[in-house]
Amino acid sequence: MDRRNFLKASAAGGGLLAAGAGTPAHARGNREVPPEALGLLYDSTLCVGCKACVAACKQANGMPPEFSTEEHLWDTPLDISGRTLNVIKVYRSGSARNKDREQDGYAFIKKSCMHCVDPSCISACPVSAMQKDPRTGVVSYDKDACIGCRYCVAACPFGVPRFTFESATPQISKCQLCRHRWKDGGYAACAEVCPTGATLYGRLTDLKQEAARRLAAKPGAPMVYPRGRLGGPDQSYPGVSAAYVQHLYGEKEFGGTQMVMLAGVPFEKLGYPGLPPVSDASSSETLQHTLYGGLVMPVAFLGLLSWVARRNVKSADDEEDPHHG
Amino acid sequence: MAEHAAAPLGGRLLTPVTVLLGALAAVAGIILLFRFFHGLGAVTNLSDGYPWGIWIAYDVVVGSALACGGYAIALLVYIFNRGEYHPLVRPALLASLFGYTLAGASVIFDLGRWWNVWHIFWPGYAQPNSVMFEVAVCITAYIFVMWIEFSPVFLEKLGMKDARRKLSKVLFFFIALGVVLPSMHQSSLGSLLVIFGRQIHPLWQAGWLLPLLYLMTAVLLGFAVVIFEAAAASTGFRRSTETAILARLSGLMFWLLAAYLVVRVADLVLRGALGSAFAFSLEAVMFWLEMIAFALPLLLLGSRAARARPSRLFVSAVLLMAGGFLLRINGFLVGYQTGDGWHYFPALPELLVTIGLIAFEVLAYIVFVRRLPVLPRAAAAAR
Repeated sequence: MDRRNFLKASAAGGGLLAAGAGTPAHARGNREVPPEALGLLYDSTLCVGCKACVAACKQANGMPPEFSTEEHLWDTPLDISGRTLNVIKVYRSGSARNKDREQDGYAFIKKSCMHCVDPSCISACPVSAMQKDPRTGVVSYDKDACIGCRYCVAACPFGVPRFTFESATPQISKCQLCRHRWKDGGYAACAEVCPTGATLYGRLTDLKQEAARRLAAKPGAPMVYPRGRLGGPDQSYPGVSAAYVQHLYGEKEFGGTQMVMLAGVPFEKLGYPGLPPVSDASSSETLQHTLYGGLVMPVAFLGLLSWVARRNVKSADDEEDPHHG
Repeated sequence: MAEHAAAPLGGRLLTPVTVLLGALAAVAGIILLFRFFHGLGAVTNLSDGYPWGIWIAYDVVVGSALACGGYAIALLVYIFNRGEYHPLVRPALLASLFGYTLAGASVIFDLGRWWNVWHIFWPGYAQPNSVMFEVAVCITAYIFVMWIEFSPVFLEKLGMKDARRKLSKVLFFFIALGVVLPSMHQSSLGSLLVIFGRQIHPLWQAGWLLPLLYLMTAVLLGFAVVIFEAAAASTGFRRSTETAILARLSGLMFWLLAAYLVVRVADLVLRGALGSAFAFSLEAVMFWLEMIAFALPLLLLGSRAARARPSRLFVSAVLLMAGGFLLRINGFLVGYQTGDGWHYFPALPELLVTIGLIAFEVLAYIVFVRRLPVLPRAAAAAR
């Protein structure tokens, strides 16, 4: 084969790959919200930054304190980590006088697992250590399956799965919506202890309805705010509607999430990125399924190359055999 | 068969060079021992913002691409039937064998829960939607295939003619596998970045074109490494250079490189990403370094006469290796940003492990070519 044929063949091979990549034959689309999806509604305007949820989360998950001050007096995590699954952060601007105001204001924001409808961590994990419950949609982690490759840590657009790098037997840490507390009638500890209902637990459909109700209310209008869990015992209290940014974060972002959020300050300012409506998992899996679906392309490629190689190896042998016994 | 013309180089194994290489490898071994008792955090600068460092980005992603010599030459000799390149097969395959075996070993060093690594291959755990799954299975399979491809060398050394003949009857299948598998995982190493979405800078987030870009550069790097190794072996072992054959090889490399640059630049233009190359940022600087490393060989190897000059060939090969290195490091580290406030530069022990692994690889190569029939016999006389 001369150079021209080599180039032709290379171009054909490259073309095949490009065509395969360009025409997603197995477009898989975003996953659907599970029928009984559970989740959280976090309302930044209700949060008072007391961090009771941070302490309760630590306790419920048996995690050690982290210190960021000189005197190790109490748990002061600055971010989620291998030992902290939930934190409340603060946004500050200018004089920081007004709550939930972008200019010269401040606002609180919760950081924990979003329980994506179509999670990158699950698609990335090579050993099924990350699972999405088919009924509740809770994204769980199994350390006994995990190989510690940290592809989930790198893939998550929210930077949620964390890793205990300092341990010789490390593991991934992430919120699992306190699924281990369900059997005793408990639910997400952060929502259970929240004094203002800023973190609310419940079915995603109910939470979204509640969010819609809040977004529809006029700022300053009287409002009743539930606490704890939607559909649980009534712990509601009267309040006043806040001035919301008209955006339920997590409704569309990234194919949707099961923790959804309301705020008075744009979410980019609160550390939540603008994300496209298509999940990265669906892009990645569409590509993989197009190239490797049913192993059709690799097997056909192997068959072709075996045939070519057999011919070429033979001809080489025939030429050389007389010279070497 | 031209393979029969290969012969051991002979010569001393204990030299200042091999002792230095051995010492570097030993240092890496001690650091790794420490890592297994005290965790990744004790020896690396990894963080939740940069969960992958050079042990993945260099040792695996770059390392395996630099080990594509065997793949590229097998493609040429057995698939495109270019028998004249046959003398390059064994040395290239040997370097690939070590490169890949050590890339595989590096994965174990990097895995936090390494004792579970078998889960990747175990039904019930294995998760085929994961790009990582595809990469891991294909690389593992390829390492085995390469040892089988290379086994005639051992069989010849041991005088097992019968086994050698039997193997040669089915070798075509392993040769085909040895082309299919790297095509799959070298492209998938690029696909690993797809799921990172917007966390990858637009200059490197090529989406569904990533597999094509990584595959083309893997073959390019394969050719470049063969030229580099041939030059290094002829200098190090004082052998005559195979300039004629390398010049022809660089001709192929030239056209493939041109095609790659067309795809790379067209993608950037069509995605509207080229603008960010003119920003004042580390990403932009690294991008231009990468592009210059790829573009210069296009100028250096433009004419047939230029390709016949060993110095030009060598410089071009080194530049291409740098370009492939930068494309991967830029994609996996420089262009990766998961949020504000995260920084990564490898820690000294982390670097020493990577350096030690490279040293071990070179050391093993020297031992093998001195003791086993790898390099072409005709040129072996000088030593």
